[in-house]
Amino acid sequence: MSERVAGRLPQAFLATGSSGFVDFLTAYDPSLLPGAGVPSHGSLEAPHGTTIVAATFPHGMVMAGDRRATMGNMIASRDIEKVYPADEHSCVGIAGTAGIAVELVRLFQVELEHYEKIEGAQLSIEGKANRLSSMIRGNLGMAFQGLAVVPMFGGYDPDGDRGRIFSYDVTGGRYEEHAFHAVGSGSVFARGSLKKMYRADLAPADAVSVVLEALYDAADDDSATGGPDLARRIYPVVAIVDADGYRRLPDSELEPLVQNLVNQRSSRPNGPFAPLPEGDAS
Amino acid sequence: MSIPYYVSPEQLIKDKADYARKGIARGRSVVVMQYDGGILFVAENPSRALHKISEIYDRIAFAAVGKYNEFENMRVAGIRFADLRGFSYDRSDVTGRSLANAYAQTLGTIFTETPKPYEVEIVVAEVGATPEDDQLYRLTFDGSVGDEHGYVAMGGSAEAITTALSERWNARMSFDDAVRLATELLGRDGGTEPRTLTPGQIEVAVLDRARPRRTFKRISGDRLAEILGVPDDEADSAGAP
Repeated sequence: MSERVAGRLPQAFLATGSSGFVDFLTAYDPSLLPGAGVPSHGSLEAPHGTTIVAATFPHGMVMAGDRRATMGNMIASRDIEKVYPADEHSCVGIAGTAGIAVELVRLFQVELEHYEKIEGAQLSIEGKANRLSSMIRGNLGMAFQGLAVVPMFGGYDPDGDRGRIFSYDVTGGRYEEHAFHAVGSGSVFARGSLKKMYRADLAPADAVSVVLEALYDAADDDSATGGPDLARRIYPVVAIVDADGYRRLPDSELEPLVQNLVNQRSSRPNGPFAPLPEGDAS
Repeated sequence: MSIPYYVSPEQLIKDKADYARKGIARGRSVVVMQYDGGILFVAENPSRALHKISEIYDRIAFAAVGKYNEFENMRVAGIRFADLRGFSYDRSDVTGRSLANAYAQTLGTIFTETPKPYEVEIVVAEVGATPEDDQLYRLTFDGSVGDEHGYVAMGGSAEAITTALSERWNARMSFDDAVRLATELLGRDGGTEPRTLTPGQIEVAVLDRARPRRTFKRISGDRLAEILGVPDDEADSAGAP
């Protein structure tokens, strides 16, 4: 039988077995995979996305990202979006080479939806986290050339009725984070901030304040992380995932929060005080 | 040396077509029709796991009758086709027309090139921004495509159902009325005593024009029982959502 009659679906489409879109793409047209066709040596400079923070609260989680992409000492973009919905009940934030990361997220979104349509059921949250892991591993060759992508994945787990956060390294290693996490160039400062402000019993609105404070602290000390840009009305991307699904906070909701935060910082630039442990203060 | 039989091309095509038609006529029917909020799919299908109706893409869905393994193969191919196109171009570039074309070419090639044709009939439906933009394509086992308007019925008693629909269907039907009409007509399958189908015996889904992005939605359990006014006989034991 001829493999390609004009217009007919090629054999790869009719092959049975796989429910994964990446598997299909690898077999049918690998040139469409993110980063395909990148030369195997040499290096180049490309825009980098920076800080992503996430925190869980009872029955859900929140993820937020600043809006800056940098290329060397230049600001490549001041309104890039780095937190995306992965599907209805999960989200993914990206740090690293922006072009490849955005493409990787797009592929990840299709992968999850593709599985859901073919199997008639969603992947478990671990299943989703593992798929992302193998996709990052596929990018390992490019990571050697400085084009690394380090995402963070989070979502709502209906089994335990709770939010969960997964972090990754460049080799695709997957680690579950409890409570909170941050990735990207400003993550060191953001994590310090989260450590002092995070509580396990935060209300969703308070969790949003905590991640906004953490991003502010990251921007305060890391030149590659952008602070809230009140003049241009560019605010961090903040997404909440809980039993009702993924929800990105609209700018109208963020504006008063960010304005309030900036006002507070103008009287106390380093942010809120963490109370000292009792008995040590003498 | 034996002389091979000569079979005329006309006879060969006719035999294959008869074979496929017989296979399709044995199966239960599916009705696809427009209602005031989108496109409705109703299939008689006692299985809750093996679907005859499926989401393909944001605004496109699929319904089929015939042999399960063959239309399942086409369904998966359609999802791959749509996701590939949406990934390499843009979500808005995935159209029902291109999918119907790909199916038509594939079914046509299988029909002419292989000894056994696919015993399937497929509807590809795309919900548009307005009812005038809705598209319904009916594909048969030999790769023929029909551009349908308003409603389509496939399967064993397609003709009887189509005749009834031509008298009773209109584009402004509410969702509930459309489900009741489709279920009633599917129950007349077979021509003898009309049967009352319970929610557990039918599969119902819609492409809802008002939903953002992914418009496909399944309707089952209590909601379906409420529309039909018939209790869901399996709901208690199966724990349907």
